[in-house]
Amino acid sequence: MRYLPKSPAERNSMLEKIGARHVDDLFVAIPEEYRLRRDLKIPPQMGESEIIEYFRKAAAQNGSGYASFLGAGCYRHYRPVVIDSIVQRGEFLTSYTPYQAEITQGTLQAIFEFQTMICELTGMDVANASMYDGSTGAAEAVMMAARITGRSHSVIAQTVHPEYREVMATYAQHQGLPSTTVGYDPRTGRIQLELLDAAITEDTACVLVQSPNFFGVIEDIPAIAEIAHAKGALLIVSIAEAVSLGAVRPPVEADIVSLEAQSFGVAISYGGPFCGVIATREKYIRQMPGRLAGQTLDADGNRGFVLTLATREQHIRREKATSNICTNQALVALMATVYLTVYGKEGLRELAMQNLAKTEFARRTLTAQPGQNCLFEASPRFNEFVLTSEEPVAEMQARLRAQGILGGVDLTRWYPELGQATLWCVTELNTRAQMEAAAQALATSSAVGV
Amino acid sequence: MACPTHLRYTKEHEWISVEGTLGTVGITDYAQSTLGDIVFVDLPKVGDPVTANQTFGSVESVKAVSDLYSPISGTVAAINPELATAPDKVNEDAYAAWMIRVELADVAQMDTLLTAAEYEAFIAEETGK
Amino acid sequence: METMHPVSAHTPRNTTLGKVRTHPTQNEGLIFEKSSPGKRAVKLAPLDVPEVDAAALLGDAFRSEPAPLPEVSEIEIIRHFTRLSTWNYAIDLGMYPLGSCTMKYNPRVNEFVARLEGIAEAHPYQPESLAQGSLEVVRELEQCLIEITGMDAITLQPAAGAHGEFTGILLVRAYHESRGNARRKIIVPDSAHGTNPATAAICGYEVQNLKSNALGMVDVAELERIVDEDTAALMLTNPSTIGVFESEIHRIADVLHAKGALLYMDGANMNALVGKARPGDFGVDVMHLNLHKTFSTPHGGGGPGSGPVACKAILEPFLPTPVLARRGDGTLGWNFDRPQSVGRVRAYYGNYGMFVRALGYILANGPDGLRQTTEDAVLNANYVRASLEDLYELPYKTASMHEVVFSDKRQAARGVKTGDIAKRIIDYGFHPFTVSFPLIVSGALMIEPTESESKEELDRFIEAMRAIAQEVDETPELVKHAPHSTRVSRLDEATAARKPILRWRPAGE
Repeated sequence: MRYLPKSPAERNSMLEKIGARHVDDLFVAIPEEYRLRRDLKIPPQMGESEIIEYFRKAAAQNGSGYASFLGAGCYRHYRPVVIDSIVQRGEFLTSYTPYQAEITQGTLQAIFEFQTMICELTGMDVANASMYDGSTGAAEAVMMAARITGRSHSVIAQTVHPEYREVMATYAQHQGLPSTTVGYDPRTGRIQLELLDAAITEDTACVLVQSPNFFGVIEDIPAIAEIAHAKGALLIVSIAEAVSLGAVRPPVEADIVSLEAQSFGVAISYGGPFCGVIATREKYIRQMPGRLAGQTLDADGNRGFVLTLATREQHIRREKATSNICTNQALVALMATVYLTVYGKEGLRELAMQNLAKTEFARRTLTAQPGQNCLFEASPRFNEFVLTSEEPVAEMQARLRAQGILGGVDLTRWYPELGQATLWCVTELNTRAQMEAAAQALATSSAVGV
Repeated sequence: MACPTHLRYTKEHEWISVEGTLGTVGITDYAQSTLGDIVFVDLPKVGDPVTANQTFGSVESVKAVSDLYSPISGTVAAINPELATAPDKVNEDAYAAWMIRVELADVAQMDTLLTAAEYEAFIAEETGK
Repeated sequence: METMHPVSAHTPRNTTLGKVRTHPTQNEGLIFEKSSPGKRAVKLAPLDVPEVDAAALLGDAFRSEPAPLPEVSEIEIIRHFTRLSTWNYAIDLGMYPLGSCTMKYNPRVNEFVARLEGIAEAHPYQPESLAQGSLEVVRELEQCLIEITGMDAITLQPAAGAHGEFTGILLVRAYHESRGNARRKIIVPDSAHGTNPATAAICGYEVQNLKSNALGMVDVAELERIVDEDTAALMLTNPSTIGVFESEIHRIADVLHAKGALLYMDGANMNALVGKARPGDFGVDVMHLNLHKTFSTPHGGGGPGSGPVACKAILEPFLPTPVLARRGDGTLGWNFDRPQSVGRVRAYYGNYGMFVRALGYILANGPDGLRQTTEDAVLNANYVRASLEDLYELPYKTASMHEVVFSDKRQAARGVKTGDIAKRIIDYGFHPFTVSFPLIVSGALMIEPTESESKEELDRFIEAMRAIAQEVDETPELVKHAPHSTRVSRLDEATAARKPILRWRPAGE
């Protein structure tokens, strides 16, 4: 019991002070019949080396050394070493939500810097201290739009991450917030603007699109905004690949931006923890969910930071709160802040350019193989593209796997209409050699395949 | 601060004055001092209906939100624009910093409200003093 | 500072107060203020493919102006964030007795294993055959948590406690709907955390408030009176927010079950029960856990957390998709075919990195260690209670479990409030307790030491609290203007809220 700092003698002297004979005297409030009189059936205590061994074994079972082209909302980008050295400082790691501002200025100032950087990246006026992730952030953004407009209906693009759409459906279900899904143009992979226009009614609170969308295609934000705004609906833009903001024009026409910041130095870690964030126009601050850090002065006139506009939140407003969200993802937001500081203005630009170049190269190299087609070829994209072929996806992937390659994500379960389609993601971490090996493996499969 | 005698009051700590059929509503000095530093006042829109004893908005201090209750029924004729940028005016002078003006549906409703003396007695009872 | 707070002269510098001495803190501006064009902290590997013309490739979607992120070097980044870190209090520095938050030690081996390459880099869409290790970790944690709670099934998908509540109440709703009527209301005691009523409202329920009885506990007779066929569930925190076990818990469950309603337990206070009693055994139908409280995953300045939801078999069909299943060939995989599921509450499978850390904690403790942990947590709270109850008012005399709630009644008589005492304890080198919660105690001081405090640290905290009680009598102004030793003094929260400044802007913008 190496985490417990007490000797038996100390325990006894404390019991004496309390006036108890045995520690079980302190549990008398629990009726006898509900006291557990046996050991929990869980593994026995392990030493530190055994714990490491246990997880090393698990890690090894996962298979390693594959060249990965998986993305679809979780992006492999290089994580500078300073991120972990900073977030592992106990003062950040083992601190609580900064309610006591005088002794949490470190966390508060870091959040303020995070909020500022998110505004600069997205073109919005204000950003919150973070949300759980991109999927729940999108759901919260829809609820926020409903509060702002007093309308209940939402229009959601079919090109939004399918799991984000599932989460939004779960949230909306019991709040009387119906939604309509609008399909994509099969040539461009972008939302169908005529269908979008037709789907918006007088009760539509918001239009939600993802850009770059699930296919990697960048949506025509100005055109979508015009359609939404003409009918009094707000535009929410969800961004799952944050690095795109280094090269792609920010969605300044949007009313709310829901960003997933995982790409900014956060390990994929089998899907979490990540870092959502909501950014918006100044006039909508009071309808925004989540924590906010604000600048102020102390009694001696020094600059300092506090959590502010807390009256929106559940601990004060209870059932009337803007959301039931309590925590944010402070430590993950700190990772993103450090990441953006490391890359900086020019570095993020250069990084995004490398992603563009590599994606373009991979797309050309893979589609040069017989039987491989790229969908939505003429549309602007960031670091993902859809590949189709005649060969069943499962077979193709097995063949690639045998060559040490994890090919694109299987799209057949979400978009069966695309046929045998896979979503490939290329980042700065994919080498030219990996792309050429993937092309080689595809060439073999098309030759042997159908 | 003594409660102005020309006003009428509610047990929810609002005051109202009336000229003709136009009522002016705010919160009492006791209410502002209990709330502390007021940081935001959320008011209805001109033209919105208000109902006696029902909420018409809310007032926020740093760590609390209180609903505002309308003393009377009617239609909002004006809101105090100053409070949007300077909510602290309510702390400075609660009886000058009015919140809404209401076109009264029924002036006789005024008779159901507390007089200054009754309100002062009510506060004394509330605070146990 | 002296001119603003003459009383701070009572705290002479260079003397030891409690466990602290003053030490120099570095001044540090915002990172943006250090930026200068051309400085950089990154060197990318050379591009191994042909460059592209981004403007041509992206057309109108091209970003012509890069975002004005700070331009700084690596040493400046390390110093900047290291200096900021020194302005934080943390568990690693000392006792952090925030009631209801369970600020316990965050074991470092858990940080290490969560960063092992095969674990930290696993992708949620990698083939299941190449994710068996990740899935085994999920499986093992699920099994441990089911055993600890005495429930039948679990989902690890929710990202935090409030998110777990949301999921749990959705299960309740789906259960009732499957029986033909979602019902209308959720009962929430007035002692509950604010997330409870907020959650019920977000799930489309009307919140019915339940007043606590004179002991601060559920008034069972009153509960019996208000529960009816329209009641979907009671959301109960047990031990309650005043740190007291609801000893009539089974009657509470019976009253609900008799009307077809369910018992939801907020597991915020599980640190008082692990290894000693199991909610599944005392009538709870569904509950959430906070891995960041009971199971030691770091709070990180406000997150990430993780809020698994455990439930009885009757609620299992409604769990969020996907659920983990053992396949015929012995391998593990995700089962998406769940027709009665409430749906997804989060993309992918939850805050996986937190699962690894929580499992690491459970494995380090084993059954005996977890039991001893609970016993020590309860011992510590009772020790604090016994050592302070002569000076601080104990509004409810009922036996304390893992936390003790005092009120500022005696100090308030001298004009000193719980918030002032909280600020003053900072000067003695401790993080404050929770103030002003639960709402049923006026001027609450909610103290949860957790098992992580040694007798020595507790004695220093007790000494500090006793010293403050004396200061309240002798020099109340000293307490009312505290803290005196921090980098910043009390901050102007009113102006922050009236005229919000939520981002930095360059001078002149």
